[in-house]
Amino acid sequence: MSAGKYDVVIVGAGIVGAACALECAREKMRVAVLDHDVIGGGATAAGMGHIVVMDDSEAQFALTRYSQQLWQQLRPELPDDVEYTQCGTIWVAADDEEMDEVHRKASYYQRRGVPAQILSAEDLERLEPNLRKGMAGGFLVPEDGVLYPPCAARFLIEKAQAYGATVQLGASVSHIGDGRVRRADGSELSAGVIVNAAGAWAPELTRGISVKKRKGHLVITDRYPRFVQHQLVELGYLKSAHAVSSDSVAFNVQPRRTGQVLVGSSRQYGAEHKEVDHEILTRMLQRAQEYMPRLAQTSAIRVWTGFRAATPDKLPLIGPWGEDSTVYLATGHEGLGITTSLATGRLLADELLGRASEIAREPYLPSRASSMEHAHV
Amino acid sequence: MSEQVAVSVNGRPVTVASGSSVAAAVMVAGASCRTSISGEPRGPLCGMGICYECRTEIDGVAHKRSCQVACTSGMEIRTDG
Repeated sequence: MSAGKYDVVIVGAGIVGAACALECAREKMRVAVLDHDVIGGGATAAGMGHIVVMDDSEAQFALTRYSQQLWQQLRPELPDDVEYTQCGTIWVAADDEEMDEVHRKASYYQRRGVPAQILSAEDLERLEPNLRKGMAGGFLVPEDGVLYPPCAARFLIEKAQAYGATVQLGASVSHIGDGRVRRADGSELSAGVIVNAAGAWAPELTRGISVKKRKGHLVITDRYPRFVQHQLVELGYLKSAHAVSSDSVAFNVQPRRTGQVLVGSSRQYGAEHKEVDHEILTRMLQRAQEYMPRLAQTSAIRVWTGFRAATPDKLPLIGPWGEDSTVYLATGHEGLGITTSLATGRLLADELLGRASEIAREPYLPSRASSMEHAHV
Repeated sequence: MSEQVAVSVNGRPVTVASGSSVAAAVMVAGASCRTSISGEPRGPLCGMGICYECRTEIDGVAHKRSCQVACTSGMEIRTDG
């Protein structure tokens, strides 16, 4: 291969693109990463940064658990500013119906060897005294954690660079295909494979893929050390996250290392503007205060929004885009991109090398039928 | 002679003139209002509620701007500085 040509050009230096760059560079491919902005400046900077196991589907469970284990392997290398904290997740059950879901989850996790624990109402009150009294109980997943995603993305990029990857920031890409990447300034790069890791903006470069923007809001408070000790998520979250059409909010808070409390979450389709939507922000904070009444006495210091890259079946698109043999996708991670970034990088590198993966790759292939539903809506 | 108000700062009794701000009481007590994330002592900078440097805990509520709150009798003020 001649100079100036790359084996792999990755468009997007978010955490997914960063993980793909690392895995490809580690395998001695010649890698370039392009981003129109900075490292981890899109959904990576806007998200909560959880490293969680999720069980909406078998494929989602396999990807999140595999990726969580990869994060745990990487943990000794992570710099302090990545703030990896294994705080655990508590799924909060507000009533008996949600407690039934706790028991279902417990048996699911147990069968698959994921440590977890059912919490009684008393356990929950002892572990998280700022939750509203009278909850039915909860489900503790101790190996879940949180980290600070922009620094994690930077760490992955720097590691990729140590393996020889090239990074070009402030480089807008206007077109990809046929082994070429055209920048907005008209210059071109030549690549064996182009990976579209542009998150919610991926459809602008690869027309027809079933990725939509799903807007979210987050709020961070001033420092209130020990206000919350675990990541807390309402079990009603499942109903909210599954509503594919309407706007929804759910209670989800995280302790940050500074003592700040990160408060979410909201989900909106069709909202393309990045400004704060006060109506849904109000609903989100009301929901949070229903679960943690004392949040009302805390001081919020910042509110921001971001765009998740959502697919119809809640699974990312990882692998070849069938309509151009040089284009691969690594997008559609919705709210789980921080968790699933490392597994995405591994699966993509496995695919490019034609080697077996530790988990089945088929559920995430862009060619799967269930990924195409958006196109017919 | 103006009226006096008795408050406590970090458990220590302090008496200030009526109408004094909590920030003034903290200064009388020789404390700083809070400690920054990098460990530096902080106190009132703007004195008009804009800079948030003078936050203290007042009667159990954290992060109150002490320059904007007048002392009342028996008030319990806590600082982390």
